[in-house]
Amino acid sequence: MFSIHRKLLGLTAAGAMMAAGLGTAEAQETIKVGILHSLSGTMAISETTLKDVMLMLIEEQNARGGLLGRQLEAVVVDPASDWPLFAEKARELISVAGVDVVFGCWTSVSRKSVLPVFEELNSILFYPVQYEGEESQRNVFYTGAAPNQQAIPAVDYLMAEGIERWVLAGTDYVYPRTTNKILEAYLLDHGVAPEDIMINYTPFGHSDWQTIVSEIVAFGSTGKPTAVVSTINGDANVPFYKELANAGVDAADIPVIAFSVGEEELAGLDTAPLVGHLAAWNYFQSVDTPENEAFIETWHEFIGNAERVTNDPMEAHYIGFNMWVQAVEKAGTTDPDAVIDALVGVSVPNLTGGYSTMMPNHHITKPVLIGEIQDDGQFEVVWETPGLVVGDEWSDFLPESAPLIADWRPPMLCGNFNTVTGTCGGASTP
Amino acid sequence: MRFVLSAFVALLVSALTGIAPAAAQTDLRALINALGAGGFPEIEAGLRAITQAGDSAAVPAVTALGEGDLYVRTSDSQVVIAIERARGQFALTDAVTGESLGEAAEAEIERIRLNNRVRRAIRDTLGALTLMSDNPATRLAAAQAVLRTGDSEQIPLLDTAIAQETDARVLAVMNAARAVAIVRSDRPDEEKIEAINLIAERGGRDAVSILGPIANIEGPVGDAASAALAGIENTQRLWAAGQNVWYGLSLGSVLLLAAIGLAITFGVMGVINMAHGEMVMIGAYTTFVVQEIIRTQAPWLFDWSLAIAIPLAFLVAGTIGVAIERGIIRFLYGRPLETLLATWGLSLILQQAVRTYFGPTNKQVGNPSWMSGSFELGGLTIAYGRMWIIVFALAVFAGLMILMRATSFGLRMRAVTQNRKMASAMGIRTPWIDAMTFGLGSGIAGMAGVALSQIDNVSPNLGQSYIIDSFMVVVFGGVGNLWGTLVGAFTLGIANKFLEPYAGAVLGKILVLVLIILFIQRRPRGLFALKGRAVEA
Repeated sequence: MFSIHRKLLGLTAAGAMMAAGLGTAEAQETIKVGILHSLSGTMAISETTLKDVMLMLIEEQNARGGLLGRQLEAVVVDPASDWPLFAEKARELISVAGVDVVFGCWTSVSRKSVLPVFEELNSILFYPVQYEGEESQRNVFYTGAAPNQQAIPAVDYLMAEGIERWVLAGTDYVYPRTTNKILEAYLLDHGVAPEDIMINYTPFGHSDWQTIVSEIVAFGSTGKPTAVVSTINGDANVPFYKELANAGVDAADIPVIAFSVGEEELAGLDTAPLVGHLAAWNYFQSVDTPENEAFIETWHEFIGNAERVTNDPMEAHYIGFNMWVQAVEKAGTTDPDAVIDALVGVSVPNLTGGYSTMMPNHHITKPVLIGEIQDDGQFEVVWETPGLVVGDEWSDFLPESAPLIADWRPPMLCGNFNTVTGTCGGASTP
Repeated sequence: MRFVLSAFVALLVSALTGIAPAAAQTDLRALINALGAGGFPEIEAGLRAITQAGDSAAVPAVTALGEGDLYVRTSDSQVVIAIERARGQFALTDAVTGESLGEAAEAEIERIRLNNRVRRAIRDTLGALTLMSDNPATRLAAAQAVLRTGDSEQIPLLDTAIAQETDARVLAVMNAARAVAIVRSDRPDEEKIEAINLIAERGGRDAVSILGPIANIEGPVGDAASAALAGIENTQRLWAAGQNVWYGLSLGSVLLLAAIGLAITFGVMGVINMAHGEMVMIGAYTTFVVQEIIRTQAPWLFDWSLAIAIPLAFLVAGTIGVAIERGIIRFLYGRPLETLLATWGLSLILQQAVRTYFGPTNKQVGNPSWMSGSFELGGLTIAYGRMWIIVFALAVFAGLMILMRATSFGLRMRAVTQNRKMASAMGIRTPWIDAMTFGLGSGIAGMAGVALSQIDNVSPNLGQSYIIDSFMVVVFGGVGNLWGTLVGAFTLGIANKFLEPYAGAVLGKILVLVLIILFIQRRPRGLFALKGRAVEA
């Protein structure tokens, strides 16, 4: 009962904050931070947590004395998992509420829907989720992983483990399709025969995995070691893993490595039959560093529930928020142009014991960790990249994007510079 | 490193043969302590050394390693088994003798980490070490592990085991394991071909994965393997069709469960109930609450949690259904568009209410032991959970049929839906029957939620993913006819599963929808159209 009361209190507080943020015109008094995460609809399951972590970071910063001598104020809106509404709400945040920066979006389609708004109104968006790359925008800072910071190292790890046959299974939308295209090209480059790659797409929220799991088992019983690379989206994962467990697929025989399954997704699952399946991220809650310990403790205190887990996109917001704070301090103003320029090169501690730096392509440097699912719903790191990996916005493994680079420092100031033709705008973003 | 170790092991093995047990124990200790020194490849090599030593005293330590209970004591680098007694406090036991070594704090010991390669090595080692165990179940597991490894070095061990074996089931697996080991060894061709025939006789997917790589070899062995493989693949194809039917039945049962409540509220009463999916969701959340209470209050009841949740889910969802009928729908009879909008709004309200109260994240609903795992029936793999869901769906359907056909409530219900005025004139309280019928439909949806919680996410969105499928089944089967819902659900399930392997999951679903549209064009009233005056009314 107690926790419910706290939750209700929290909600009213958020509501009050929203009303205050939208209603008053005290723009000079506080620095406003927009939070654009779905609190209802299908994506609420993932995005609500990110809203909470932003409120926590803002509260912490205020307790430290705010920013530039002013207090920060969160403005929360609910785009309700509705992609066009993301654009409307972004516009509302920037022009009506007058926020100086926005932290938000989860799905690629929601990001694509707000891009023109941020460009037109010249504001700043921090995007915290791993995505398919093939994009670099002046007003957007990508704190999640690009494919080379997640997918490619994961495949490298499995290759070193002796995997020869690959199932690329994903939900049918842009992120899995692009990631699988990159992975397929990468695998073919590394001498994998085309008949040793099986690609499979399923609709959103797919819940009957019997046929596909049996196809995977059949594909994996040719005597060659087989692995599944899963870009299956959040909701469909629980039935997928339940079916794997039911079919008796043992991680020691056919491991599944997932790019969208983190601590939060596992919270809905009995993980005992899944021990040994893998996930590739840039952060795990189980990482043992003092920064992470402090972060988890603050989070539990803030949310009032010691059972709540932390995950990779939360760390991305942690990094992004601290980068923005540092850039504002460096620029001495919240003016978007000054902050955008100041952000490149900013370096802040991440939660895995290193520093993350904002690169000129508006992506950050991160370590890549491979974790194995444990029976307590956590991951144990079994492998990590020796150093930090720089986010590569235009994949080198796709012929159409290989010659492109992004550099938002003068004089280049271009998100898709073609190094072959020497012109900006070498390819349009799909 | 590996070479040094194997040399070391060779020495050990020769030493083991003649020396007293005390010496053997110290050697085993050295082998086990080696597990704690180094990374994954070293652990793997260490396990191989233990397998070669063949001392079953290592079983507890290797088992503990597999379960993540094997630690290194930092003070003297000794490998110990540690079980967490209280938070951060571990009880230590000796890995070789099993003697208690007192307690230790978390900081004093370090867990030996595993990865999948090490897990495979553990399985192999345990298989080899427990092949002569006294317990037939352990021997069976061991034989299966050896079968999976198919290591030719295990042939002498298998020969001894087979000579002693009395249990026919274990013996069959051991013989198969021996055959696999022989095929992969450098024994003469005749022996290999004989082994191939034995494997082919056993059949199944394992046989394909064993013979697949061998079929590519030139010579008589390869030819025998290819021939055997062709035979197995033929039977496999037949079984695959059977398996597809099973998957279709299973999907059909899920569709039936989701749709059967709607067959009453929409089919029989004619209310377009968009909040139907939310009743399913409420049933799933009821299961979650029941399990949560059982977990904290009475863990021994866990296997009964579903049996307890089913009537509760029926009551909870049914009560909410009655409240919805009394509060909203009764004012909207005869106005389908308004009903559609009102119930849709209601579904959003219910979703957000659950999201606010329980939180937006998935809730964990566990599978009782009798719902997990699967068994083999010939070449079919049948998951217990799926099987019970089919049984449950059919039982709910039968129960509903009996209620409708053989009870006075059912009689009144049919009377009211067929001719409301006449029923009223005969003294039936039609508003009461309406409320009860709607409550019944909702309650059944709640029970469906209990079953769906076993295979799907328990999240506020659970209902949404079933609402379209439910309407599809009811319309396809024929509005107002329960048999139509039954046949419709299983037809769609099987059609979907036969399309899926060829068209893929995405296109398969689209194809099914196109087929339904074409079908509805031909027969607008569905598979089993109601005839008579009620239709025109």
